[in-house]
Amino acid sequence: MIEFWVILTGVLVGITCGIAGVFLILRKMSMIADAISHTVLFGIVMAFIITQSLNGLWMLVGAAIAGILTAYLVQLLQSSGIQEDAAIGVTFTSLFALGVLLITLFASNVHLDVEHVLMGEISFVPWDKWTFLSITMPKAVWMLLLVLVINVTFLLLFYKEMKLSTFDYVYATTIGLPVILLHYVFMTTISLTTVAAFDSVGAILVVAMLIGPAATAYLISKSIKEMFLWSISFGMASAIIGYYAAKWFDTSIAGMMAAAVGVIFIAVFIVDKLQQRFNKKAVASRGSF
Amino acid sequence: MVSGNLLWVLMGTTLLGIAAGITGTFSFLQKQSLVGDAAAHATLPGIALAFLLTGQKELPVLMIGAALTSALSIYCIQWIVTYSKLKADAAIGLVLAVFFGIGIVLLTIVNRSPLGNQSGLNDFIFGKAATMTKSDLTWLFISALIIIAVSLLMYKEWKLIIFDPVYAKGIGLPVEALKACLTALIVMTIVTGIQAVGVILMSALLIIPAASAKLWTKKLSTMLLFSGIAGGLAGVVGTFISSLRVGLSTGPIIVLCAASIFFISYLFSPKSGQISKYIRKNKFQQGEVQ
Repeated sequence: MIEFWVILTGVLVGITCGIAGVFLILRKMSMIADAISHTVLFGIVMAFIITQSLNGLWMLVGAAIAGILTAYLVQLLQSSGIQEDAAIGVTFTSLFALGVLLITLFASNVHLDVEHVLMGEISFVPWDKWTFLSITMPKAVWMLLLVLVINVTFLLLFYKEMKLSTFDYVYATTIGLPVILLHYVFMTTISLTTVAAFDSVGAILVVAMLIGPAATAYLISKSIKEMFLWSISFGMASAIIGYYAAKWFDTSIAGMMAAAVGVIFIAVFIVDKLQQRFNKKAVASRGSF
Repeated sequence: MVSGNLLWVLMGTTLLGIAAGITGTFSFLQKQSLVGDAAAHATLPGIALAFLLTGQKELPVLMIGAALTSALSIYCIQWIVTYSKLKADAAIGLVLAVFFGIGIVLLTIVNRSPLGNQSGLNDFIFGKAATMTKSDLTWLFISALIIIAVSLLMYKEWKLIIFDPVYAKGIGLPVEALKACLTALIVMTIVTGIQAVGVILMSALLIIPAASAKLWTKKLSTMLLFSGIAGGLAGVVGTFISSLRVGLSTGPIIVLCAASIFFISYLFSPKSGQISKYIRKNKFQQGEVQ
């Protein structure tokens, strides 16, 4: 049963992040996601300092605010003429440093220690349970399910708008779509995803899961829908492979899941290249007839 | 008031700040600030691997390991961007997360190896400026000085390959080799700094002083000078503040000092500062009314 909850948590992270990652890759915003995954630390610490509790809901709120703040600051710096990579770099490193400092000053005794935040403790997930509607499940699973619902709802409601503002920003603006608002709502879902995955698997795996499966899917997909399906599958596969590899080597589960993301990327990349070469050869030999 | 050890640490972090400010400027101008971030994260598996393979916790051994995986990560990013349809941002994010994940895996393996505890290796994630030993600092001094010296020597060549690579090739400069040399120096800066401020905050030292300098000037030489001073200043002030109270970690405070310099530049720089822009705009509008 313990094993089941841990794998389920990993798989849910894979699905939730896999969905969120697709538009990140398409909108070329992977590094903003990386930035947010660092700055939610700041949001969580602020939530803790203000409420003095480790309540997951307040953390979600704090993280969402930190995520929007990050997206806003990056946008602000960029619009005043600072190049994009530097705008991202300055924003997230400063807020991350502030977060680390605030932890050492105000929260060093709670379980908010920084290493936990980086690496997560997925193997402790099954013990922290929560009952709702007489269903008892680990808190992490509840949180991930909640965010999964939010992400799917967002997509169902705004799929067309997201697609249009991603591929034809100028046109989307001219027909009066609230593209800026859409950007911030999307960034909010990214921060919610990050924080839900964060507590169990840590910042590193969140970044790996947000970017990796979607990037891998991007290599082989011919439509956005296809990309969503591949991204979710690669996310789930990384979680499962990572879990068993970690068990085999008796090492960090979150770390192994991130490594599995890399292995799957390389495998898909090679298979795709081979297939392309094969197709080319087939076409060439057909041509010579 | 200032104890002997603190003085050494102060000098170390200052030199590190200057070196990072200078190499950071070059990577900033190549729009590769976030590549440095990935390369910094990618030192972790190298450190753990070097320890697992040699069983030594000697700094030079660990530094070589760190440099190798760090360089490998930059190579991977370039390779992905060249040979796949992925854009740079996705390639950087992917490489960063996967390398760091592998680093964590290796660290946990180190943790339970019979060779003993990981203390010392964990320090690389967040740095331990305040408790560096004399020999750690000697390494820091030497590599920081080499970095600064090489940057000054190569100044002309690098200026050319950054601003006019076509012309540089035309007059017969080995552009690729020079670029590789610059990358190597950035990796060396990262490896030098991780012990003091840690993997995650090292990228801040490469990015923030350079971004601040860009707000004041467009001239490369002035930018290098400003960025070096900003980095050095952040190192001195940050280390000093963190020495005032036990438990204040040096790395984050150095980064926050750098961030303050950036914030001041963002508001007050005469050219691109927000306040001077605002004043100019006001004057312009008043002029129109009159």
